[in-house]
Amino acid sequence: MTSPHIRQPASVQRVMMTVLAALLPGIAAYVWLVGAGILVNIAIASVTALASEALVLRLRKRALWITLSDGSALVTAWLVALILPSIAPWWLTVIGVLVAIVGAKHLYGGIGQNPFNPAMAAYCAVIVAYPALMSQWPHIDGLDFATQLHLILGGSREIDGITGATALDAMRTGLRNQVDVHTILSSETFGFAGGRGWEWIATGYFVGGLFLLARRVITWHLPIGFIVGMGFTAGVAWLLAPDSFPSPLFHLASGGAMLAAFFIVTDPVTGASSPLGKFIFAAGVGIIAWVIRTFGMYPDGIAFAVLLMNICVPLINHATQPALVGQRKEPRS
Amino acid sequence: MLSALLVMTGIALVLGTALGYAAVYFKVEGNPLAEQIDAILPQTQCAQCGYPGCKPYAEAIANGEAEINLCTPGGDDGAQKLAEMLGREFKPHGAPVEKLKTVAIIDEQTCIGCTLCIQACPVDAIIGSAKQMHTVVSRYCTGCELCLPPCPVDCIALVEEPRTPQNWRWKYPVKGLKVVA
Amino acid sequence: MISRLFSFRGGIKPDSHKAESSGAPISHVPLPSRLVVLLTQGSQGAARTIVTVGDKVLKGQCIGEAEGVAGTAIHAPTSGTVTEIGRYPMAHPSGLASPAIVIEPDGEERWITHEPLDPATASREDLILRIQASGIVGMGGATFPSHLKADSEIETLVINGAECEPWITCDDRLMRERAAHIVTGSAILAHLTGARQVLVGIEDNKPEAIAAMRAAIQDMEPVARKCLGADKMNVIAVPTLYPTGGEKQLVSVLTGIEIAPDKRITDFGIQCFNVATAHAVCRALLHGESMVSRIVTVTGNVERPGNYETPLGMPVSDLLAFCGVKSGTSRVLMGGPMMGFTLPSLDAPIAKGCNCLIAASNELFPLPPPEQPCIRCGSCASACPIGLQPFELYWASRAKNLDSAEQHHLFTCMECGCCAYVCPAHIPLVDYFRFAKSEIRARNEERKTAEQARTRFEFRSFRLEREKTEKAARLAAKAAETRAKAASEGDSALIAAAVEQAKMQPSIQDNAAPSHDQQT
Repeated sequence: MTSPHIRQPASVQRVMMTVLAALLPGIAAYVWLVGAGILVNIAIASVTALASEALVLRLRKRALWITLSDGSALVTAWLVALILPSIAPWWLTVIGVLVAIVGAKHLYGGIGQNPFNPAMAAYCAVIVAYPALMSQWPHIDGLDFATQLHLILGGSREIDGITGATALDAMRTGLRNQVDVHTILSSETFGFAGGRGWEWIATGYFVGGLFLLARRVITWHLPIGFIVGMGFTAGVAWLLAPDSFPSPLFHLASGGAMLAAFFIVTDPVTGASSPLGKFIFAAGVGIIAWVIRTFGMYPDGIAFAVLLMNICVPLINHATQPALVGQRKEPRS
Repeated sequence: MLSALLVMTGIALVLGTALGYAAVYFKVEGNPLAEQIDAILPQTQCAQCGYPGCKPYAEAIANGEAEINLCTPGGDDGAQKLAEMLGREFKPHGAPVEKLKTVAIIDEQTCIGCTLCIQACPVDAIIGSAKQMHTVVSRYCTGCELCLPPCPVDCIALVEEPRTPQNWRWKYPVKGLKVVA
Repeated sequence: MISRLFSFRGGIKPDSHKAESSGAPISHVPLPSRLVVLLTQGSQGAARTIVTVGDKVLKGQCIGEAEGVAGTAIHAPTSGTVTEIGRYPMAHPSGLASPAIVIEPDGEERWITHEPLDPATASREDLILRIQASGIVGMGGATFPSHLKADSEIETLVINGAECEPWITCDDRLMRERAAHIVTGSAILAHLTGARQVLVGIEDNKPEAIAAMRAAIQDMEPVARKCLGADKMNVIAVPTLYPTGGEKQLVSVLTGIEIAPDKRITDFGIQCFNVATAHAVCRALLHGESMVSRIVTVTGNVERPGNYETPLGMPVSDLLAFCGVKSGTSRVLMGGPMMGFTLPSLDAPIAKGCNCLIAASNELFPLPPPEQPCIRCGSCASACPIGLQPFELYWASRAKNLDSAEQHHLFTCMECGCCAYVCPAHIPLVDYFRFAKSEIRARNEERKTAEQARTRFEFRSFRLEREKTEKAARLAAKAAETRAKAASEGDSALIAAAVEQAKMQPSIQDNAAPSHDQQT
């Protein structure tokens, strides 16, 4: 036995469970506003994640229980379920989770070793492979649970008017057609900040994020970095041409911005490590996401932005090694 | 067509001049490869490789005359390092993985003062003169064992270096993820 | 006076567990049947035996003289007979043996004649020599020779009463019961180092000690007043946060000066002594009592936890037996639970740096849960008081990438254990760092000897070559001479010269043989 002989009662499991708990407000808002279909998706994703992780651990001849019980697979599964449309057919969710757990996580050596955010890798894979399915999102209060379940179980998607464009999609289409931002926002797709109803789900994620900050699971550098990165670029464009660029608030309340700010860029494994590095990493994600949203082919660019910044992590870490004690001028008080 | 030819010729001229200049002004003295190899060799000077010392062996490797797996104190580890540095294929040496460092000790009661070990020592770590007792300066001894065969009275022994808190080593932590296999 | 307190980076707040042993006053232990006094008691040097087996010694009599400038003397902890000079296991994680003098007590506890020194009149050199001759080393655990530290010129003297490690209470009890001696010792040290102020830092979880020390400063002894005004010495309650008791951390809290890993506190005009060291200085100079005992906290899974005035050299097993080890004890820790180590052998004797013994059971100190992969959560980095990134060090050490570990400042790590304490993946981080450090030390040592062997081999080759050319030149000269002679004297002389030349060969080798150690 070697020192230290005492340890704080902390564990990876506890960290992951806190993250899952922090997702609950957002999920609750989701269920309230969109319907309980998302819960089915989360269940499918969770089962797939645990089963595939168990299988891979078996193949890799690793201890099963200790990794399976750490909760990291569940966090990935929930995130994948939340970033896919809640009426996505079940097999899309399964493919997404498999890409995340088997491809992005275990092929790189399992928890702690993966360079790319598993959930984001999964999102990129399915949006490239199934762009049509990925653009069908349910209307707020548009579908009853039976219809949602029918769609999730792979039922016919020919029913008209059940799905609609997301706020980001509508905004993009409008701007392409030379409509000004103000006119676009006046349509009923939009609420006070982002997509009507969806902004409340974003608020739910925000509340969960504050909980994570309070529990010190994440540090402020990441969410603030993301919000500053996206908000600042969006703000500059908006101030210069308010008719062609939506406001920072719209960007932050739409798509996966809040989920990304508190739950995606905060993945410690694939992110930068020093406080300054974290800020740079998250700000980079925010900026690139805005660029892809504004000028790119895809409605939301956060997943691509995260993967791009994941690549930059070793460089960021190298450039932002924190100073040791006494190596800065001002004494702390 | 002509302009393309002229451009290419121009580029060739400029680059050629630059290379020629570099070859003259950045010329490296000595044989840096042999020195790099020598830096990897353990400097035991034991001559077990068949060369009279580490430097000569390094030169032989650099000239492509010797295999990289002849060094016994270096063992497989050393051969691996040489293979990596030289880009050659690794060849195992087959020596025991880790041997504790040893030093020679002369039994001063038995020593007859023949000076044969003094002549054999590659690093001049034995002092004494004819008909006088010899002794090993253990600080300088590399444990090469070259002094053992010449001794007519077998008064030299190799002993392990004593362990002190200063040279005692912590073990590699082994509490890793258990492998179910 | 500074009323503002500062902080240091990182730190943790483990359960203190001080109440177990801090309740009872310091008590004495019965003399064991033999005392094993190790010759290596200071971190920088050893002592040289000056007694032989069979000698009668008195308590406080010097039995080992300081070796070199960094060595410290050792003294007989009681009166008795030297029965053996041998090797005994040290209280060190390696369990290696060290030379030791074994004394069989006669039970009379007869002191040698005390020779006090008056700090006000004695010269500075005499006082420092006396500190060395009294065998005083840092008693917080690092056992750095105090005479080396006292021999410095500084502005501020910090007296360390923080005692931040959980479970340990020996400094707490010492401050409560013998505050006057600590204050006097501190004043003498301030006098020696020329310090203009003395800051006594005590963690705020020891209110009784703080009160006792403040009272002692109020009624400072006259001899201490001659060294330092009472208004120049201040007791400062510092927040309880491990590792406040680290020298640089305490200085940081008290003065706001962050000391870089490559700097020493003396570079900033500060010197730091443990309270127990200040106490020992007072005993040695004013009362002529050399260091023959220390206060050891015995706690954990024992019947009678508390603080014991223990003669140096008392085997750990004897002390534990006196305190009554309860069943279920699986191992014994020396030092606190954060930085202490498991004793490999209970035969090891108490030495000057042994501040605490903890009988550990699996209930009090649960075995660490299995190690999980690092998720780079950064908890370790925010707990590190030095500002290191322990997870980077961990990746490097685990991969045995020693260069990378050094680049991430491995050697500035003081092994305080904060990182491993907070790690949610239960990684024994400090173990990896200790491993990497000893590997790097061994590698550097190897490189040094290899470099030395290389130069010695090259010089020998050069020497052999030179001797060969010299010999050739000599032979050529001889041949030329002979030829010249032959030309004048005829053939018979030529033959004689050839014979002579043949005889010469071995004798030249003989001359070449003696080593030239002094040449390098």
